[in-house]
Amino acid sequence: MAANNNESAVLFDQPGPKGRKMISIANWIAGIIFAIVVVLILMRLHNPPDGENQLSWELWKPALDAEAWTDFYLPGLWATIRASALAVVGAVAFGLLFGIGRLMPNPLIRVVSGAIVEFARAVPVLLLMIFFWRWFASVGVPSPAYWSVVLALVIYNGSVVAELVRSGVGNLPDGQREASLALGLTETQSLMQIEVPQAIVAMLPAAVTQLVVVLKDTALGSIIMYTDLLQQSRRLGSMYFNILQTLVVAGVVYFFVCWLLSRLAESLPARLQQHTAAPTEPEPVAPIAAGDPSNVNQIAVAKEVEELPLGGTDRQYHVHHRGTNASIHQWRQTKYVQGYDVTHPESQEEAEKDKLFKLHHKKENHSEEE
Amino acid sequence: MKKTWFKRALAALCALTCVVSLAGCGADEGSDKIRIGIKFDQPGLGFKKSGTYVGFDVDVAKYIAKKLGYTEDEIVWKEAPSKQREAMLQNGDVDFIIATYSITDERKKVVDFAGPYFVAGQDLLVRKGESSVKGPEDLNGKRLCSVTGSTSAVTVKEKFANEVQLMEQPGYAECATALFSGIVDAVTTDDIILAGLASASRGRLQVVGKPFTQEYYGVGIKKGRDDLKKKINAAIVSMEKDGSWKRALEDNTKGTNYKPNPKYNPPVPNGKGNK
Amino acid sequence: MQDLTLLFTEYNVPGAFLVNIELTLWSALFSMILGVILVMMRISPVASLRTVAGAYVELFKNLPLTIIMVFMVLGAYAQLKLTFSDTFTTNFFWLAVTGLSLYTAAFVCESLRSGINTVPIGQAEAARALGLSFTQSAFQIILPQTFRGSVAPLGNTFIALLKNSTVAAAASVATETSSMMSEMIEYHADLIVLIFLIFAFGYVILIIPIGLLTTYLSNKLAVRR
Repeated sequence: MAANNNESAVLFDQPGPKGRKMISIANWIAGIIFAIVVVLILMRLHNPPDGENQLSWELWKPALDAEAWTDFYLPGLWATIRASALAVVGAVAFGLLFGIGRLMPNPLIRVVSGAIVEFARAVPVLLLMIFFWRWFASVGVPSPAYWSVVLALVIYNGSVVAELVRSGVGNLPDGQREASLALGLTETQSLMQIEVPQAIVAMLPAAVTQLVVVLKDTALGSIIMYTDLLQQSRRLGSMYFNILQTLVVAGVVYFFVCWLLSRLAESLPARLQQHTAAPTEPEPVAPIAAGDPSNVNQIAVAKEVEELPLGGTDRQYHVHHRGTNASIHQWRQTKYVQGYDVTHPESQEEAEKDKLFKLHHKKENHSEEE
Repeated sequence: MKKTWFKRALAALCALTCVVSLAGCGADEGSDKIRIGIKFDQPGLGFKKSGTYVGFDVDVAKYIAKKLGYTEDEIVWKEAPSKQREAMLQNGDVDFIIATYSITDERKKVVDFAGPYFVAGQDLLVRKGESSVKGPEDLNGKRLCSVTGSTSAVTVKEKFANEVQLMEQPGYAECATALFSGIVDAVTTDDIILAGLASASRGRLQVVGKPFTQEYYGVGIKKGRDDLKKKINAAIVSMEKDGSWKRALEDNTKGTNYKPNPKYNPPVPNGKGNK
Repeated sequence: MQDLTLLFTEYNVPGAFLVNIELTLWSALFSMILGVILVMMRISPVASLRTVAGAYVELFKNLPLTIIMVFMVLGAYAQLKLTFSDTFTTNFFWLAVTGLSLYTAAFVCESLRSGINTVPIGQAEAARALGLSFTQSAFQIILPQTFRGSVAPLGNTFIALLKNSTVAAAASVATETSSMMSEMIEYHADLIVLIFLIFAFGYVILIIPIGLLTTYLSNKLAVRR
């Protein structure tokens, strides 16, 4: 990590002996301050003004023993995973359907798909869940809580996937499309047989990152009484009145699962790159605000990409198709590359090694196409 | 090459859908079983613990099932959250529901009730040794917790104490935690539910013991099943007579000195509250 | 139409949206401040600051917002006695703002970090050559350009924040939209679809202008080099 290495930080001069001493002192002071804050919080928990010692083993034991895991956390985690897995599958189906719909030559299909996707992206997931829950319960769908969690997540995340499909196709080199048109395929054929399949492979890592979002959002299900991990931990807590402790355990489990999924998403791109001409680096910027085709996906924004000399992350998405409601045809005209100084490539080449170098080439290829 | 990948991905998606949707449904049970809806998250009434179910509602349900000719192994327990109870009965998901199910005219329009098997009343739960709260009138300027969407807190605010501050939490356990730590002064709901919480609190919480409403808990059944209603009522009568009713109540409110409102308990099935 | 007027006279729907907007604006402000602090910590030369900021971001990114909200009430308020006001509604409002700000700050930090990289190294080098210190070059040269580069991800973060403000229901804020929607469905079950559409379109109307503004700004402010 470049930023963790003081040599390459350009915001400040190479620290001399005095500077290094200052930094080391600041380092210690900051470390001590944070340690003190942690200790203060623990002391407060140990000896709260009212109530009981929250650190006592009496409260932690029932939150951690085998029975808690077999009866509460694991069934809850299974319910969470079951809902997330089905929701992701559904979201991919939904996203493919409407994402491709938005790319179709037929303007009617494009507009309808566009309206559905924009609507799905703007409505808060919790509202969708509450609505489906009450509706399913009144209509008499079996296990309404489960299906409402799944459906609400399918709709929202499906709209995110739809945008991923669209930007995946947009990020393909133009040659793919040109070649297929030259071979005599129609626009639709080129889209369905050449562009979309590659876009799907390219978007898989982003879909895995989306899984983290889905998994986190299933916790909303506990508000509508879906017996997911959060709800189960509350139940366990209502048995021994150690809800704070059981919530901590649930939080640790959530963190661990999400963290593993994020790592998986990061390791995927390299393996998938050979199957597509589109960049498989998950786009830190997926569905943006409603109306904008260049898309930001929440989690992906937050993805830790390799750090660059300034300590920032490399902006690895392709700012091809900015502009509101740009149609597929307009995208190709509004391409430009941001954040790369075409006139002075040397300064960046010196700074980083292979990684950045590779990226240059990618970006250069794009700028040449303009 | 690219095409096969696409197909493989699709196939994987389909396979995953199948697996997950199957897992979502669960196996159907045979007809020689009885399906009973209870609460899974209400300590003292209906609570799932170590794969078994405990609580007063559960004991009543077991007794009724026994009288209907089912052994304990033949009972299939189903979770019946408050908002889904009517739908579960109408769809035939369960044969009957015993889940702190108050008999109201509104509900009687869509389902039938056997019972009542218990008369609860809205009461207050406070910290042990709390002397300033003796009834709902004392709550002016105090803080009260109840669960989201329940009307009990609103009743207190409108009828007894205008200046009470309300806190809504998703469950009673959260309310009890808030009570423990001192951010609220009382929790309100039906006394038997509070007794269950007090019983689980290792003697740190107590029920005030002056119920100020009456809630007739009934056994919810599908509309028009009069034969089942009769059998259940007979079972409740015999449960009250042979002492198992009292024993079940005592077992589930151990250590709280909780006494149900003697004016109404034990209730006469098909009597007051369910005419 | 009659149903619609009934619902609007009986319930203060715009008021509920106002609560969400207030939640969003306050949280946006505080998460922005905290996010800038975090990103400064992450690019600072002091290792312990970098570690703490990194751990913070990693932690809040991987926790469900619902659990954070529940913690604000049962942990921060009930145990640590983090109290903003003696009036419950005000207190829970600010607890929800705190929860939302803590959560969103992690995403703001990441958005800014991706923006930092749109600033060419030459800028920092030039700043150093002029003799500016770390804080000077960060605040006067790098951050202003960073903001211009991260308009799009920031806009998305704040759109997500507006939608996430409904989760304040988990922190006992009973006047915001999702709670009000539940309440309305409770008493008007026959109008469930209409009720949902009222709230859904409310959000569509709120979010689409923000989206268009974000797009406009990110195009206008993008530093074309």
